[in-house]
Order: sequence, then C-alpha cells, then structure tokens
Amino acid sequence: MNDASAAPGSFWAARGLASWLFTTDHKRIGLLYLWCVLGFFIVGVVLGLLIRLELIAPGPTIMGAQTYNAMFTLHGVIMIFLVVIPSIPASFGNIILPLHLGAEDVAFPRLNMFSWWLYALGAATALAALFTGDGPPDTGWTFYVPFSAVTSTNVSVAVAAVFILGFSSILTGLNFIVTIHRLRAPGLTWTRLSLFAWALYATAWIQLLATPILGITGLLIIAERVLDMGVFDPARGGDPILYQHLFWIYSHPAVYIMVLPAMGVISDIIPVFARKAIFGYKTIAFSSLAIAFAGSLVWAHHMFVSGMSDTAVMVFSLLTFVVAIPSAVKVFNWVSTLYKGSIHMEPPLVFALGFIFLFTMGGITGLVLGAAGTDMHTHDTYFVVGHFHYVIFGGTGMGLFAAMHYWLPKVHGRMYNKRVATWAALILIVGMNGLYFPMYVMGLAGMPRRYYDYLPQYTAMHEASTVGSWVVAAGLALMFANLWRGLRSGPRVGPNPWGAATLEWTLPSPPPAHNFPAEPVVDRGPYDFRGVRADD
Amino acid sequence: MTHDTTRENARHGPSYGTLTAIWCGLLVLTVVTVGVAGVDLGFWNVVVAMAVATAKAALVVLVFMHLKYENWVFKGFVLMTFAILAIFIGFTFFDTAYR
Repeated sequence: MNDASAAPGSFWAARGLASWLFTTDHKRIGLLYLWCVLGFFIVGVVLGLLIRLELIAPGPTIMGAQTYNAMFTLHGVIMIFLVVIPSIPASFGNIILPLHLGAEDVAFPRLNMFSWWLYALGAATALAALFTGDGPPDTGWTFYVPFSAVTSTNVSVAVAAVFILGFSSILTGLNFIVTIHRLRAPGLTWTRLSLFAWALYATAWIQLLATPILGITGLLIIAERVLDMGVFDPARGGDPILYQHLFWIYSHPAVYIMVLPAMGVISDIIPVFARKAIFGYKTIAFSSLAIAFAGSLVWAHHMFVSGMSDTAVMVFSLLTFVVAIPSAVKVFNWVSTLYKGSIHMEPPLVFALGFIFLFTMGGITGLVLGAAGTDMHTHDTYFVVGHFHYVIFGGTGMGLFAAMHYWLPKVHGRMYNKRVATWAALILIVGMNGLYFPMYVMGLAGMPRRYYDYLPQYTAMHEASTVGSWVVAAGLALMFANLWRGLRSGPRVGPNPWGAATLEWTLPSPPPAHNFPAEPVVDRGPYDFRGVRADD
Repeated sequence: MTHDTTRENARHGPSYGTLTAIWCGLLVLTVVTVGVAGVDLGFWNVVVAMAVATAKAALVVLVFMHLKYENWVFKGFVLMTFAILAIFIGFTFFDTAYR
C-alpha cells in the first residue's frame, strides 16, 4: 500500500498474507469482505452483460439455451449470496460499526474471522458447483421445486454453498447484535447511535432469525435429491408450495438484509452534506426496526399465482402495503433533511441522491407487484426483473458505492478525483434507467422473465436495455478506475475531510490498529454539527 | 435464599438430579411423539406434534442451555425469537387451512 496507509500505528502497518488471512481486526476483515464482494461483483456484472448481449436480438445470438439458463442462475446466485447480502453489512458494517460505537473491535473478533472463512468456503463451494457434477445449476437463484429436485445439474453442491454462506451471515448478525448491546462507549445512548448502526442492528436480527430457515430449506432440497424423501412431492403427501413458503420466509426478508444497511449509509451521508441534523432521527431509527419486522411477514406476495389460498393472498397483499409505510418514512425524512440545508454536492451525496431516485422507482413499482390484482398480470414478467434491479442495484448498489466514496478516504487516507466520481455517478444513474426502465415496459406488455427467446415486438425494448447495460458498464469502469487511482496515489486527507460528526472522523485517516487511543466519552448526537468543521 | 440458589445454579448449572430428570422427561416426550404419530387424529396430529416439540425445546433451552438462570434481557430475546418463529409457522398453516 501507499506510504500514508502504511504509517506506523495505522491498521495497514502489519505486513504479509498471514496478517490478513488470520486477522481479527474488524477493519481488515471488513476489507477482506469488500475485496471479495467487489471481485464477485465484477464476475456477476460480466455474466449480466453477456445475458443482455444474448437478448439484444431474438433467437440465438452468442450462446445456446442451456448455457443461457446456467448464466442467469449463476448471475443470480453470485450476485445475491456472494455480493449483495454481505456487501454493506459485512464490509462497511465491519469496518465502521465498532468505530461508530467507540469500541476497540466487535464483540467476538475470532468469530468474525471465522465468519469470513465460512464466506470464503461458501464461495469456493459455489465455484465448485460450476465445474463438478453434470453441469452448472440451471434453476435460477430461487431453486424452486419440483425442477430443482429432478434436474441433473449440480444443484446439491450449489445449495450446500448457500447453506455455508448462510452460516457466515448468521454469525456476522449475531456478532453485530452483541456488539451494539455491549460495546457502546460511555454516553453513547441508543438515541445517540448513528442511523447506520441502527440499520445494521435491524439487519442483524433478520440475519439471525430468517437465515436458518433458508439453511433448512436447502437441506430439504438435498434430501429430496439424495434420499428421495418426498417432502415437496404431492404424489407422496408433500407440498411443492411449502417449498415456496420456506424459501420466501427467508428470501423476502433477505431483500431487507440487502437494502436496510444501504438505507443506513444514506441516512449517515445526507445530513453531513446538507450540514443539517437529520430530520426525524427517531422515526428513521424505528422505521428500520419496523421494516425488519413487517418485512418478515410479507413473503407470500411472491406466491400470488402459486395456487395458495385466496385468503392468504389478500392478507399478504395487505401486509405488503404496510411495509411501504416505514420505507416511505425514510425517503420523506431524507428529502426533508435536504430541505433548506446548506448542500455540498460531493460525490457521496450524488450517489445518495441516485439511491433515493432509483430506490423510489423500484419501491413504487413494488406496490404494483404487492397488489394481488395487478400482480396477476405482471407476475414472472420483466416487470419483476426491472423492479428488483431498481431496488437492489439502484438501491443497495448505489448505497455501496456511496459508502465507498464516503468512507474509503478514511480507510486509505487518500482522496479520489471528485469530479470524475461525480461523472461516474451520473453515468451510472442514466445507465441504470436505460437498462431497467425498458424492462417495466416489456413486462407490462407481457414479456416473461428468464426466457431465452422472445417475439419480435419486444426487440426494440431489449435493444434499449442492452445499450443501457453498456452505459452502466462504462460508469462502473470509470468509478472503479478513479477509486483505484485515487486511493493509491491521490492527495492525502486529514481526519475529517467531509466535516462529519460521528466518531470515526475523530481518528486519523487511516485509523490506528486499535482504533481509539483512549475510550471516547460521547456527549452529543451523531448529527450534531455544532463546532464540527471539515479539514481545510 | 431462593435468590442465592438461582445464582448458584447460574454459576454451576442445575444439579445432576435435575439434569437426569429433564433427560428422562425428554425421552418420555419422544415416546409420546412416536406413539401419537401412529394414531390418526387428523389435523390434531400436527398440533400434538408441535406441542410436544415445543415442550421439549423449552426444557432444553431453559435447563440445559441455562436460560432459566439468565436475566430478563436474554429471556426476552429468546421469547421474541420463538414468537416470530410461531408467526412464520402460523402464517404458513394459515394458507393451507384456507386452501
């Protein structure tokens, strides 16, 4: 690393591969996660670009149908389980949470290291699923029965990978819950916690309570395939819809595992660049808990056309609308924070504004899918694909990029080119709309998701979407190149380049190995900017 | 005196006699589960199986895992966890009951 990063006392100072692979320092573990997540993200993006290229014209273009099925399955599995779920909580959660709490580390540093090793083992198992057995899985990331129980592709190994990755997530969640309860600095009351910490707390409970259900469901698929048990086979008294219940009991709350931490990032960034205390601190904090709770009770809105009871359809549709309320509370509070603020349009804020716009586009179309009547029309169409990508790439993705532009100067002690970063953000926002908005139009016109081929009337929208994917790729390349260059050789930054008021900005950039030289005593809120100034 | 005994138990755990009694109770409940599975009670088969499983889990969590001797924070968290699990199971059955 550069000389600023390797300064004596900095957490970068220890050298050698072992000092990273066996570290118990939360900052290093967070960076290990971040590098892995970004590596797999690039793989997932390349797969996505190839899928979009295949779909640029009807009929075979660059790959066969079976390869296409394997590609969208891999894209989904890699992006969901290796990238999005660990993205912000495992990387920036690890790096920043103890700093926000004034703590030396997380509550269980060795368990934290073990979590990363489980992640690495799960990732290796997922990769093994590609190159062993009778071909990579072709079920989509949802592994729906009965197909997943009978396909000859390598589903069992892929599901085992998900099981292992789930344990990594559970242990990280457990670690964060205990850390937030037990390691807050003196004076750091619950209402002085950063909203990022609140978001991580709500996320951690979902990780802890919902992930085991996915693990058990995965084991049941393996049991179906290997032991021929019949749990999901109606011919033997099983119930295929039960699989969908079990899968979505985890996988819908998992969407909140993905997006809540990003919401926490945005809640921390907006007041800093509006130079104004956050509007409605307590409502944002409690809306995270409300999203975690209500979001755990809406899973069957993925199943309106599955054949489940009409009563359940109505109840889950109603509950889905309930979860929109705390989400909207956050959006309105962010916008209200900006109102009459002294706005500094720095790159983290541009990414945060991109998040608000793209997340809102995804959130509102979620209500179209949550309403049982309109869902009948749009279910399993490109409308769903557009909605999901607006929320997850436009939401969590932009949240991750915002976090990188906000906190990486603290981690590396150097600043990137802000002008280039702003352009990259704008290109990404334009590209994502170009990539995903046509999917809404196609979906409403009836284009089914996951199809290898399509009717000629969808060609123009597919072409537009593919061109959008190239714009996104250009934005990503520009952003990563700028970050890489800036964090290696950009100008050095002081402790507080943004003028933020949370505890990490009281430390040198990069922070010392053991964080705070003396235990801090907190006597103010995280968004109280009185007397706080950015470095000159 | 009771307080002291609870504290003592928290430090050292329950006595061998208590542990053995709980273990016997778990074995009896297992026999009940197997026995009831052979009797056709219709919908109530599931209710009985879940009730017995809940009782067994409660014994394990309270005594073997020492929750009985912990403070209210841990008891509250575990109770909340089980309440959420009950909601998950309840909502799933709620579908099948009206299908």
